Amino acid sequence: MPATIFFELALTMYFASAIVAVIELFKGSHITSKIMLYLAIAGFVLHSLNIAIRYSIGGHLPITNMHEAASFFSWCIILLFFYLEYRYRVGLLGSFIMPVVFILMLSSSVFPRAIKELSPVLQSSWFSIHISLAFLGDAAFAMAAGVGLMYLVQEHFVKSKHLGDLFHRLPSLQMLDDINYRLISLGFPLLTLAIITGALWAESAWGSYWRWDPKEVWSLITWFIYALVLHVRLTAGWRGKRAAILSIAGFCAVLFTFFGVNLLLKGLHTFI
Amino acid sequence: MNIVVIGLNHKTAEVEVREKLAFHGPKLEEGLERFRAIPSVNEAVILSTCNRVEMYAKVKDPAGATEEIKDFISEFHGIRRDYLKDSLYIYNGSAAVRHVFSVASSLDSMVVGEPQILGQVKDAFEFALSKKTTGVILNKLMKKAISVAKRVRTETKIAENAVSISYAAVELARKIFTELSSKSFILLGAGEMAELAARYLMNNGVSDIVVANRTYERGCELAREFSGRAVRFEDFQDELLHSDIVICSTGAPDYVLFRSDMQNIMKRRKNRPVFIIDITVPRNIDPGIAGIDNVYLYTVDDLRGVVNTNVDERQKEAAKAGRIIEDEVETFLKWEKSLETVPTIIALRNRAEEIKNRELERILNKLGNMSEKDREAIEYLASAIVNKLIHPPTVALKEDVEDRDILVATIKRLYGINGDDNG
Repeated sequence: MPATIFFELALTMYFASAIVAVIELFKGSHITSKIMLYLAIAGFVLHSLNIAIRYSIGGHLPITNMHEAASFFSWCIILLFFYLEYRYRVGLLGSFIMPVVFILMLSSSVFPRAIKELSPVLQSSWFSIHISLAFLGDAAFAMAAGVGLMYLVQEHFVKSKHLGDLFHRLPSLQMLDDINYRLISLGFPLLTLAIITGALWAESAWGSYWRWDPKEVWSLITWFIYALVLHVRLTAGWRGKRAAILSIAGFCAVLFTFFGVNLLLKGLHTFI
Repeated sequence: MNIVVIGLNHKTAEVEVREKLAFHGPKLEEGLERFRAIPSVNEAVILSTCNRVEMYAKVKDPAGATEEIKDFISEFHGIRRDYLKDSLYIYNGSAAVRHVFSVASSLDSMVVGEPQILGQVKDAFEFALSKKTTGVILNKLMKKAISVAKRVRTETKIAENAVSISYAAVELARKIFTELSSKSFILLGAGEMAELAARYLMNNGVSDIVVANRTYERGCELAREFSGRAVRFEDFQDELLHSDIVICSTGAPDYVLFRSDMQNIMKRRKNRPVFIIDITVPRNIDPGIAGIDNVYLYTVDDLRGVVNTNVDERQKEAAKAGRIIEDEVETFLKWEKSLETVPTIIALRNRAEEIKNRELERILNKLGNMSEKDREAIEYLASAIVNKLIHPPTVALKEDVEDRDILVATIKRLYGINGDDNG
């Protein structure tokens, strides 16, 4: 099946890109960052083909099982990564993002890949809207966590007065903090809309807006964490280090909502 | 053919001597023209900066030319020759090439890796070009020196890290704030150090400057100088609510800013980051404030530490740069050698033979069967034309004329003979 071939190829490209990204972290040069980016682009093109083929075969956005979900999540992250790379030229961002993307893709690859009929309950125009919003939001949170981690590393260098090679190549603290804030300001409304559309959809499908299923509960928890991140930043000036730590904590909640709930808890959102 | 370098720099001569030998302003033009006019000098470039004066020449006979150039220096600057003896260094041949490459690559600079020298080398070359004092050899040498310097800069990290305290401070500020133009800056104390720091920050884009000095009048004076604003020293903590960069040089016997003050200030400024440099000994700022989030406290010793590690790094990179230069010197010498006449004559002959044979083969194949006699006639004709055509350039090459390098380069270009010329 051609979709699978493209997936494997994309995975390979991401793997290579992640390896180069790690090398870049320790022994960076203009060449490594270029190679990393080109490999990521190649992977992204192949990956897009994989998703397009699955879309045309299934006739719906391919996010109906864990394989597709993790794969689509990685795709959204990479898309956002390219945007940030283009917009801000954040040095070394790829070194923090590509390994995460690879791990996500790797986890995607272990799940069954069959393209299934969309179960009747999902056959709704809400499906694409709800899911795209949720995934883009999550991708923004993933980026924010990556940028937050970069902030913590750079902050450590500046505070400890250890100004090595990595210090020179990492962006400035203010830039990292700004981007982190922007990403969360982007992710938060997306998540909010995803929850609202989900509730509306639930009402039309099952007759009630909210049924406390684990995914809903964890999405709400995630929503509260990011609401808190934004709130304390705006009122108490929790910027910099604290914001970075909170955004990483928030992403842990995202990951749990994403994987943990499906694998550990049973609920309405487990459609596999 | 030979290249000679005569010069002096910060290592070989005191500043008084360097000043006397410098070619400043109008002196450069006159000096360069007279330097070029020395009979044994064919091409000339003068590089004159505050740390070095160097004269590059392409000469006929190195030993004789060196003496003539020394005479010229002493006459031009009105200095006795024995006065120069200890300060001047003289290189020729490959050593001269190596020296020029090292200078351009900033390996010979007082602060190894400092970036200005390349610009100065470019200016010196461009000036010589505009005065038409250079030719094939020095043009190539200078162009190559500039490209070698660029290669050294991209392939090594020689120019990467700050090696002066003020520069290290600015670099740190850039890693905290991205850009400095929108940042405000407060000076606590108005001493000489503070003034220097202020000047440096102004040069790096900081425009909003506040001075808080114990003697208010002195503070006002300094503030006026930077078109900044003065505040009373007692009020400086209020100013800290908006300042992003703080330089403290109060010279007080005790702390002027305590951790509890700063915690309070940070809360009120909503944790916006602040970079504090304490350049006083003993410290005037409680070291405990370094532990507060978004406060970055550096002392002069911290900055010095940064600078020292950077200097060590640069030494390592300098070794790498040295290897690149060796490499490039070799390429240059190969090119220089290819300009010699004998190989050029041979190459010219070979090229002509090659063309002749190729064309002959083609026409003979085309004409098909023909008598031995016709064949010989055609071959004879071809040889005769080729020989007549290459005779004049061959003769010209054999002549011992002053502009032979130009001739060789021209002939090689006209006839499409590629030596080891790679750009």
